[in-house]
Amino acid sequence: MTALSLALAIPLLGAIGIALAGRRPNLREGVTLATAGLLFATVLRLLDPVLAGERPQLTLFEILPGLSIAFRIEPLGMLFGLVASGLWIVNSVYSIGYMRGNDEQHQTRFYVCFALSLAAALAIAFAANLLTLFLFYEALTLLTYPLVTHAGSDKARAGGRTYLAILMGTSILFLLPAVIYVWHVAGTTDFTAGGILPAGMDSGTLTLLLALFMFGIGKAALMPFHRWLPAAMVAPTPVSALLHAVAVVKAGVFSVVKVIVYVFGLDQLAGATDWLVAISGFTIVAASVVALNADNLKRRLAYSTVSQLSYVILAAAILAPLSIIGAALHIAAHAFGKITLFFAAGAIYTAAHKTEVSQLDGIGRRMPWTMVAFGIGALSMIGLPPAAGFISKWYLISGAMSQEAWAVVVVMLLSTLLSAAYFLPVLWRAFFRPLSAEAQQHCHGEAPLPMLLALTCTAAGTLALFFFPDAPLALARQLLPTP
Amino acid sequence: MNLVEHLPALQVVLPLLSAPLAVLLRHGGIAFAVVTAGAWAAFATAIGLWLQVGEVGVISYHIGSWAPPWGIEYRVDRLASFVLLLVAGTAAIVLPWSRASIEREIPRELHYLYYAMFGLCLAGLLGITITGDAFNIFVFLEISSLATYVLIALGRDRRALTAAYRYLIMGTIGATFYVIGVGFLYLMTGTLNLVDMAERLRDVESSRPVLVALAFITVGVSLKLALFPLHQWLPNAYTYAPSAVTAFLAATATKVSIYVLIRFWFSVFGETLIFERLPLPEILLLLSLAAMFAASFIAIFQDNLKRLFAYSSVGQIGYITLGMSFDSVSGLTAAIVHLFNHGIAKAAIFLLIGGLVLGLAKPGGAPPAPTFDRLAGLARRMPLTCFGIVIAGLSLIGVPGTAGFISKWYLILAAMEAGQFWLVGAILLSSLLAIAYVWRFVEVAYFRPAPEAAGRQEASLGLLLPAWLLVIATLWFGLDTSFSVGSAAEAARFLVKVGG
Repeated sequence: MTALSLALAIPLLGAIGIALAGRRPNLREGVTLATAGLLFATVLRLLDPVLAGERPQLTLFEILPGLSIAFRIEPLGMLFGLVASGLWIVNSVYSIGYMRGNDEQHQTRFYVCFALSLAAALAIAFAANLLTLFLFYEALTLLTYPLVTHAGSDKARAGGRTYLAILMGTSILFLLPAVIYVWHVAGTTDFTAGGILPAGMDSGTLTLLLALFMFGIGKAALMPFHRWLPAAMVAPTPVSALLHAVAVVKAGVFSVVKVIVYVFGLDQLAGATDWLVAISGFTIVAASVVALNADNLKRRLAYSTVSQLSYVILAAAILAPLSIIGAALHIAAHAFGKITLFFAAGAIYTAAHKTEVSQLDGIGRRMPWTMVAFGIGALSMIGLPPAAGFISKWYLISGAMSQEAWAVVVVMLLSTLLSAAYFLPVLWRAFFRPLSAEAQQHCHGEAPLPMLLALTCTAAGTLALFFFPDAPLALARQLLPTP
Repeated sequence: MNLVEHLPALQVVLPLLSAPLAVLLRHGGIAFAVVTAGAWAAFATAIGLWLQVGEVGVISYHIGSWAPPWGIEYRVDRLASFVLLLVAGTAAIVLPWSRASIEREIPRELHYLYYAMFGLCLAGLLGITITGDAFNIFVFLEISSLATYVLIALGRDRRALTAAYRYLIMGTIGATFYVIGVGFLYLMTGTLNLVDMAERLRDVESSRPVLVALAFITVGVSLKLALFPLHQWLPNAYTYAPSAVTAFLAATATKVSIYVLIRFWFSVFGETLIFERLPLPEILLLLSLAAMFAASFIAIFQDNLKRLFAYSSVGQIGYITLGMSFDSVSGLTAAIVHLFNHGIAKAAIFLLIGGLVLGLAKPGGAPPAPTFDRLAGLARRMPLTCFGIVIAGLSLIGVPGTAGFISKWYLILAAMEAGQFWLVGAILLSSLLAIAYVWRFVEVAYFRPAPEAAGRQEASLGLLLPAWLLVIATLWFGLDTSFSVGSAAEAARFLVKVGG
């Protein structure tokens, strides 16, 4: 078997293994960890060939005449695949601590759905055509639904309803007709460098098609279709961390970049993306303002994600080569930073049972390790060195400047200020405010060790990505047609 | 005697013979064995015919060796063989399933009659599909319809009687309209053989009697296929009939009627008359849209799961007729493939609901109606049954990876080819309604707490296996479409000549 088919098969087999080991928790978690480790090793083995210019392919079968379920690894998919599978290992360690620490029900179902979601995410990363992408995009929505509604409470059900209604609604109403229209006019849906749409499409049709794609990919959380993301926060924190900071939302912006680069092509779109720049810019600012006012920590993080996702869309919409590199880098940078933040939020919930920002006074003294990691994640979100977010933002702003899009530069700076405004108070509270009287009675230390280990790893990763950005940068560069 | 040569006759004769045998033997168990054997033989025959059509194109079989147009001709082309497979295949799966369910739903002394009626209904539906003779269609239509009325009336609920009676009235009007139409056609052409009729009609195509015939046949068949707003008989019939009967009818009876309409429109009257001279496509388009929206919308508010999916059937039939209204290869492919895809998904759903109500029944008691308050938290108790309903439900929505997605793909493609972009929006909007009604079931079965704590109590393997076979088929035909789309596209190319 090739590494590519292995990479797709491992999480599936892992899910079966987890289900079979369901009655023995230690074995079950062992299977999860082994699957995650094996998967990452397999994906990593693909990195060198892809960097060397190879494009491993796998065609499964024809689903419709001329349209196959097919996979082909290109640089952007490689990057997304690496991030998702790598963070899965860390997340699994964290999950074990979290799920056991909080005595959650139905843990087997949780781990099975998690493995299947990862399989879907990797299939999206490696999809060779729009149909395959769409198939697994929908599968990811359905597979994460049981995870979002894990608690089974009325609140979980309501959150799940919003989640499903927006994600399924947008993908059926907008994405599906866009995919079929591409097939109708181009006779193919294969991702090809430079785009596949026939030359000379009129700009009205082009704009409409782009709009269908951008709003149809609801996972990218472009306003006004962003409400599912805060709704999904009813899920257990490991789900919010890996799926709603990494796999699901990144699948969204990944699809956005992929469609812009490989279906439309940068040249074809010239001049047709002004509205997209405006809407993603608006999303960045508006979501930051909402985050500013959110007292619930996970909600604040969710709106921060909405805002950060639009960075990627904005970067792609500028159509400058430098900003496309920024978009690709930001997929990785934001993943590391945001998963750290969620890990920290989950650790606080597990150790101190606190969910609101206003309850966090002085918690830095009880949980210094967690809050330092939180600080590193926050730095990356704001875009300050020495965190990974700085590099992607750098490319993004350079791209905007190269196109002389000054409004974009202003938006970026404004959002930097806003991010600082909603993250720094959390840190200030944690380290400089005294513990509240009530909190002094409740004695707690750091969260369980596996959780601590996980958030340390991702925080270190956030820093490492700043100092050693070579591999993601090399992949991102390959996205552009060589001159 | 070469058996292969006589496959077309055997297709009808085998199940037709099983019915009187079942009556003569007067024993539930033996009747079951005989009729099931008949259905399986019919299924095998249908496979044989499907393969044979692949080799020779169109099979023409002369009953009693009387050459058409004087004798009755059985004519099997790609479309007919595809529908035969659907009908016989469904029967072959539903019959073994029905044994356990009938035990609880019908008094023991009536069992043999149930199987006899099932055999007759099957023979009738197969006969309609295979015959190439307009009057012969009427005969088989009556055979299958009369058997259907009895089957529906066998339901435990007393309302099954009124449902059957209502269907009897509507069905009889439909059949009468059909035979009046055929009378007019005979008057104008002097023949009952469909191929012959089509040729002779060319000369008199626009004459008033032909138009009257077209109107009678279209309305009559539309009654049988439950085209909105002629669907009034369907929800009650599906709700109160025994579970196995609902599953079988949902997958076959309306589908065969659609087949008859396609046959008459495309093969007999011809596209020029239907699509160019008359406003029929516009009318069909509007009625289909009304079905897609109104019926799906009504489905959302049903309290009885069987009735919910019955209304969903009316809506899904709208997709099929919408596909017909385009008069393009893609459109007709969508219609034919959806006829098949929807058939298997709906059969799976009704079989699973059948298992579900049996699980709800008190020991030895009759199964209750599957109302939503009884379904609360049922996923805990019957996980496989509920999960099967969800998967088949995804096919109704048209989620990729399920058969329903393939139908939707072709339907949207056909709308785009016709330049009707507003229709694309309408098709997609209506599938959102399907999410609403399928998810109503999900939320009740998976989230609402069960009234009493009950352990796992899954339906028996005999009930699960046939149903899951169909569930797996809906997934299979969502991924490997070489059989379903292959057959449908070939049939569509054969039927659509204009601009094709």
